[in-house]
Amino acid sequence: MKNIAIEFRDVVKTFTSEDGRKQTVLDKVSFSIPAGKTTVIAGGSGQGKSVTLKLVLGLMRVDAGRIFVDGRDITDISGAELESLRTRFGVLFQGAALFDSMTVFDNVALPLRERTKIPEEDIRKKVMETLRQLELSGHEEKYPAQLSGGMQKRAGLARALQLDPEIMLFDEPTTGLDPIMTRDIYHLFSRTQALVGYTSVIVSHDIPKVLNLADHVIILNHGAVDVFASPEEIQWSTKENIREFVKTTMGQIYQSHLVEK
Amino acid sequence: MQPNPIAKLGNTGLYILGDLGRMGLYLFRALRGVFRRPFRFMELIRQIHFIGAGSTAVIFFTALSTGMVLGLQGYYSLKKFGAEGMLGSAVSLTIIMELGPVLTALMVAGRAGSAMCAELGIMRISEQIDALECMAVDPFRYLISPKFLATLISVPLLTAIFDLVGIAGGYLVGVNFKGVNPGSFIDGMQTSITNHDIRLGFIKSVVFAMLVVWICTGRGYFVREIRGAGFGAESVSRVTTQAVVLSSISVLIFDYLLTAVLL
Ligand SMILES: Nc1ncnc2c1ncn2[C@@H]1O[C@H](COP(=O)(O)OP(=O)(O)OP(=O)(O)O)[C@@H](O)[C@H]1O
Ligand SMILES: [Mg+2]
Repeated sequence: MKNIAIEFRDVVKTFTSEDGRKQTVLDKVSFSIPAGKTTVIAGGSGQGKSVTLKLVLGLMRVDAGRIFVDGRDITDISGAELESLRTRFGVLFQGAALFDSMTVFDNVALPLRERTKIPEEDIRKKVMETLRQLELSGHEEKYPAQLSGGMQKRAGLARALQLDPEIMLFDEPTTGLDPIMTRDIYHLFSRTQALVGYTSVIVSHDIPKVLNLADHVIILNHGAVDVFASPEEIQWSTKENIREFVKTTMGQIYQSHLVEK
Repeated sequence: MQPNPIAKLGNTGLYILGDLGRMGLYLFRALRGVFRRPFRFMELIRQIHFIGAGSTAVIFFTALSTGMVLGLQGYYSLKKFGAEGMLGSAVSLTIIMELGPVLTALMVAGRAGSAMCAELGIMRISEQIDALECMAVDPFRYLISPKFLATLISVPLLTAIFDLVGIAGGYLVGVNFKGVNPGSFIDGMQTSITNHDIRLGFIKSVVFAMLVVWICTGRGYFVREIRGAGFGAESVSRVTTQAVVLSSISVLIFDYLLTAVLL
């Protein structure tokens, strides 16, 4: 079982609004995310992609079902265990979630300062190197409010990459970036993954580009999931909603496959 | 569907119980965080600077005006009994046992408590606290416990400043403006104030500090859980108001309780 990093088993997540209306975001969802590979989670807006990541991180609780991280059930775990589990995650939030009263440099340095005993000058070197890779050199003394949306995203990414985590969760890493920057970030992902070998989970709307990176694809749709062992498999799906998804997101090239069939 | 009143009452009861439980656990984790390593010494200094040093001007003026008014008022009342010589004792006892701790706590709640509440509330709604947790950085140790410790250190010191300045204000009015004998003012003070009175004032200031920092930071931390707070910027502003009102009221209630029990 060591080759499965994260597993969802019959997970149900329901939100109840203040007037008592219920919305089931995940309805008995099961899937697994293999270790050391890249899994892309796709799906329309509001289908529960960010919720899925928050469940993995223990920031939200499931209503039913179980979630395993490295075989460990995190739906029934103490605070201390959760904290030690989280040391193995790196996270990029959809909204970047930078600490807005700290400079970019301090933001990126925070995990190193708080969680390692690395001396300050080595921290400085490491942080500056990551910032350079993400083309943020010269902006390290700015505050998050003084950055553009895409720069905030990259600063958040720099912060997430600092501790060389085993499992990286990216919530829309390239939203708000231009196509060249997007490509560079994806290059960075595959390079660091080859280097560090982490399990990577990428939530993205950036279909088909992100599929070049994907080993596995999970598509969320109205509380249900479809799991694909490879990006190519998506094109062969006969399910109505997946065909629709392929048609609207991947465009002509991929669609031609379907027409031929 | 019209919810029936009993169900509504039950709901409110459950909410209040849940809230108390949450806040109790919060207090425990915040106090435990004080002892967790690594200790953030610079953050503690920053917070003491903000909560303590930043409040001295406000405390100074509140204390001076309170002391001066007490001087006037006390002189007026005591004169009726021909007991102006008691002014030093009256002013200093009132300030050390009552007004010093209470007014200092109220001022700190208004000035620093509201700020701490808003800061944590904003960090909560913009997912900054979630981000900390995801980096396995304990938000209590990192953010909240330094605020607790700083408040617990600052408020008793501010209370001491209040006491000194307040008594000086009373002296100024009584002796310099109203012509009370300076010797009898000081003498009355020295003979009537006991260690017990000072200890009571100190205990009050520590308890009040705890109430203020607990309620103010806790409301901000739980901004999403608080019923009727709404969302976003509005929720933070409502919760901040609530925190200041709640902590002020609890200070007043505990003032009575502590006086009744310890006097
Ligand atoms: N804290 C919450 N309370 C209530 N409902 C929520 C909460 N968080 C998310 N939801 C609901 O859950 C659904 C899924 O939200 P989620 O953020 O996971 O969407 P998403 O797939 O990430 O969308 P996007 O691509 O737009 O980011 C949405 O309908 C949202 O309204
Ligand atoms: Mg999302």
